[in-house]
Amino acid sequence: MTAYLITSVSIVGAAPTDLLIRDGVVAEVGPGLSAPDAVVVDGTGLVALPGLVDLHTHLREPGREDAETVESGSRAAALGGYTAVCAMANTSPVADTAGVVEQVWRLGREAGLVDVQPVGAVTVGLAGERLAELGAMADSAARVRIFSDDGHCVADPLLMRRALEYVKAFDGIIAQHAEEPRLTEGAQMHEGEVSTRLGLIGWPAVAEEAIIARDVLLAEHVGSRLHVCHVSTAGSVEVLRQAKARGVRVTAEVTPHHLLLTDERAETYDPVFKVNPPLRTADDIAALRSALADGVIDVIATDHAPHAVEDKECEWAYARPGMLGLETALSIALDVLGPEWDLIAERMSRTPARIAGLTGHGVDPAPGVPANLTVIDPAARRTIEPAELASRSRNTPYARMTLPGRIVATFLRGEPTVLDGKAVK
Amino acid sequence: MIRHLLSGADLDADTATEILDTAAEMATVAGREIKKLPALRGRTVVNLFYEDSTRTRISFEAAAKRLSADVINFSAKGSSVAKGESLKDTALTLQAMGADAVVVRHPASGAPHRLANWVDGSVVNAGDGTHEHPTQALLDAYTMRARLGRLAGLSVAVVGDVLHSRVARSNVLLLSTLGAKVTLVGPPTLIPVDIAGALAPGTDVSYDLDAVLPDVDVVMMLRVQRERMKDSYFPSAREYSRRYGLDGPRMRRLPEHAIVMHPGPMNRGMEITPEVADSPRSTIVEQVTNGVSVRMAVLYLLLGGNNR
Amino acid sequence: MAYPPAARSSPPRQPSVKVILASADVQRVVDRIAHQILEKTQGAADTVLLGIPTRGAPLARRLASRISTFEDVVVPVGVLDITLYRDDLRRHATRAIGPTQVPSGGIDGKRVILVDDVLFSGRTVRAALDALNDVGRPASVQLAVLVDRGHRELPIRADYVGKNIPTALAESVKVTLAETDGADEVKLYGGTTS
Repeated sequence: MTAYLITSVSIVGAAPTDLLIRDGVVAEVGPGLSAPDAVVVDGTGLVALPGLVDLHTHLREPGREDAETVESGSRAAALGGYTAVCAMANTSPVADTAGVVEQVWRLGREAGLVDVQPVGAVTVGLAGERLAELGAMADSAARVRIFSDDGHCVADPLLMRRALEYVKAFDGIIAQHAEEPRLTEGAQMHEGEVSTRLGLIGWPAVAEEAIIARDVLLAEHVGSRLHVCHVSTAGSVEVLRQAKARGVRVTAEVTPHHLLLTDERAETYDPVFKVNPPLRTADDIAALRSALADGVIDVIATDHAPHAVEDKECEWAYARPGMLGLETALSIALDVLGPEWDLIAERMSRTPARIAGLTGHGVDPAPGVPANLTVIDPAARRTIEPAELASRSRNTPYARMTLPGRIVATFLRGEPTVLDGKAVK
Repeated sequence: MIRHLLSGADLDADTATEILDTAAEMATVAGREIKKLPALRGRTVVNLFYEDSTRTRISFEAAAKRLSADVINFSAKGSSVAKGESLKDTALTLQAMGADAVVVRHPASGAPHRLANWVDGSVVNAGDGTHEHPTQALLDAYTMRARLGRLAGLSVAVVGDVLHSRVARSNVLLLSTLGAKVTLVGPPTLIPVDIAGALAPGTDVSYDLDAVLPDVDVVMMLRVQRERMKDSYFPSAREYSRRYGLDGPRMRRLPEHAIVMHPGPMNRGMEITPEVADSPRSTIVEQVTNGVSVRMAVLYLLLGGNNR
Repeated sequence: MAYPPAARSSPPRQPSVKVILASADVQRVVDRIAHQILEKTQGAADTVLLGIPTRGAPLARRLASRISTFEDVVVPVGVLDITLYRDDLRRHATRAIGPTQVPSGGIDGKRVILVDDVLFSGRTVRAALDALNDVGRPASVQLAVLVDRGHRELPIRADYVGKNIPTALAESVKVTLAETDGADEVKLYGGTTS
């Protein structure tokens, strides 16, 4: 196994030092290291972070391999600085059995670019009617701990209560896509001034807030863990703040796009900006940013949602919702938070690894820890060209935007997946 | 000169006035023995209709033919569109056929905006989803100006299902640009959120039709679909027409000079009674006539020169 | 309103301006055309004057007014907008159209005299003949112009010419009238002074 010596690199923003990777772990950290057999990576001006962990990725396999595969999505993740991703269950067939989650898990192992941790469906076929075999998925080789019907809300309050209770047996967690379905029938974008102007059916903020409010009460009542996916409104932040203050075991994520883009992007009717939950207002963005800084929101998760060209090059109402995110997430975080490396490590690596139960991830580089890490050039600026992305799909909302930061190298258990800004395999 | 007409917001006061003035000249052609002008000879106008709307299609067809354009009607029914061809592929087909203008009616809001990205020709929005219908607003403005002599300072009530109405959105934008004051009237469930901020500052909202009527110059009744009550927008057709329908006694509360408009097709007995629809205040038939002149003006201004 | 010729040379190195007709000259020329019309039409019976916008319209009104002063006959006057009949619509941004006003008696069976300021390529007159065709069926059509500057591109000639001005293609003739421009004048621009 090749050793790698990264010289003069700042670990999570600390003073530059050398970092030696050997046999899958961080072997040594300190100034003036020498290892004649190691490949040297000049880390001057670069920052090393624990490998990023995404709680919310759609890899589309099985079922829509034209949009993404486990392999292409894993490559996109590695290029984005990730060493682990949680693959959502809304594939075809749905990941609602031990068989499907094991298939996804195995495909991830074969690709070998990031650790692919499957998420299991809460209900059979995401239909919201009866529980999937959550225990079987937990006991499978994939060792599923996060369960989510993402794309659909577990709207039935009784079913939600049962799910929250049931997964306590194996320390599982329910990740809720908070969307009251009756309040969002036919919804196309955030309900507000812009939806009125564009004549698109509105997705009101209250449809998210009402479900989160209900779910934190349910989680509190049964004493279970709840995770809230892609929080998008200022009102949701307030509900979460109060719940956390009461000690409810709730965590929450926000996507990069909800931290940066507003509903006004819909004005061209280009469905590349159609996403669920929808892009919101500048006030919501401000609330989400401050919640991310003060910890009411725990995690940045990408909701990476690749879609084939024909599902986006069409009328807005007929387009599928979702955006690419893996290859741009760190740049957006850097843009939004600035070079707050400890905060970035907390929100994009340590906390998501802890929520997902991924041991070996989310640990700052130090002697003896698994070498799951990424190296960033914070001074670089790059212009996003959809055709250059590793994802099979092109639906990035950041096309031709210039963003800060570039991933120089990513290591998974000591093996480089990205070197010199390029995927190794 | 504008290249596409997608929204009432595409028109500033000068351009809108130029269209109305041009339409007035086009109207004189209708009185001639030879109702034809050579201005668009050799130009091809495609009517691309994804929804049945015979009246709008015929109006555009007559307008294009009076200007000597070649007209191709492309109805979604029984065509490749019905077989699942995407809007983009259809656009590329029309592009290959050399369409100079595409007049599009589509059930999805914003479809004409998408189309405009994919064809070189001009795109005219002939109604998209619950978004806009700018030529309807132009013919409404033309009708008001013809009847009342001006637009600036007019007080216009637009009554009914504003939420789902493309006619209402285009009218609010255009009438505000031309200096008229618009009040939207309907049950709160059918008035979209933040309408003044979304479309035009100064747009008023009222839930009380009777309070509005004595002070308006124009009352425009919108079509209200009975099916809306299934979605609880209002309890019943009877309650709707009692609160927001225009009947004889309500019409008599209007100032003497005020006119009654309706974009058609009407639900007689729902939003408007036959007594009102057939009264001398009603401009419903004129609106249809004026539609052809206004659409001639729009097609001429988009296609009559080299506007690339 | 004269059509520019299809080809036009670049601006002359030393542009010059020459007044061809001053205000009093314009009035004299209009009077003479009015007399010629009376003479050639045996008293302007069954005659309609149609001015071609912009400056043909006031010229037609002036001619009618002078004719009624000289002979006490009322000649109906109208305006014929030719914009939609032009053969160069696609070469320019869309042109605003003007009003067409046909006198109440119509033009069927009448002698129509088209009135314009400058006769140049002849394309404006060609368009006017087409427009006339859609408005009615006159017994005959004649043409009156204030200035004929030559360089015809079509087989068209004027029946009444106020002044023939020999010009080079590079030059331009500009007519101003009190009604449209504040003062009566005909100027010749361009060409090189040698």
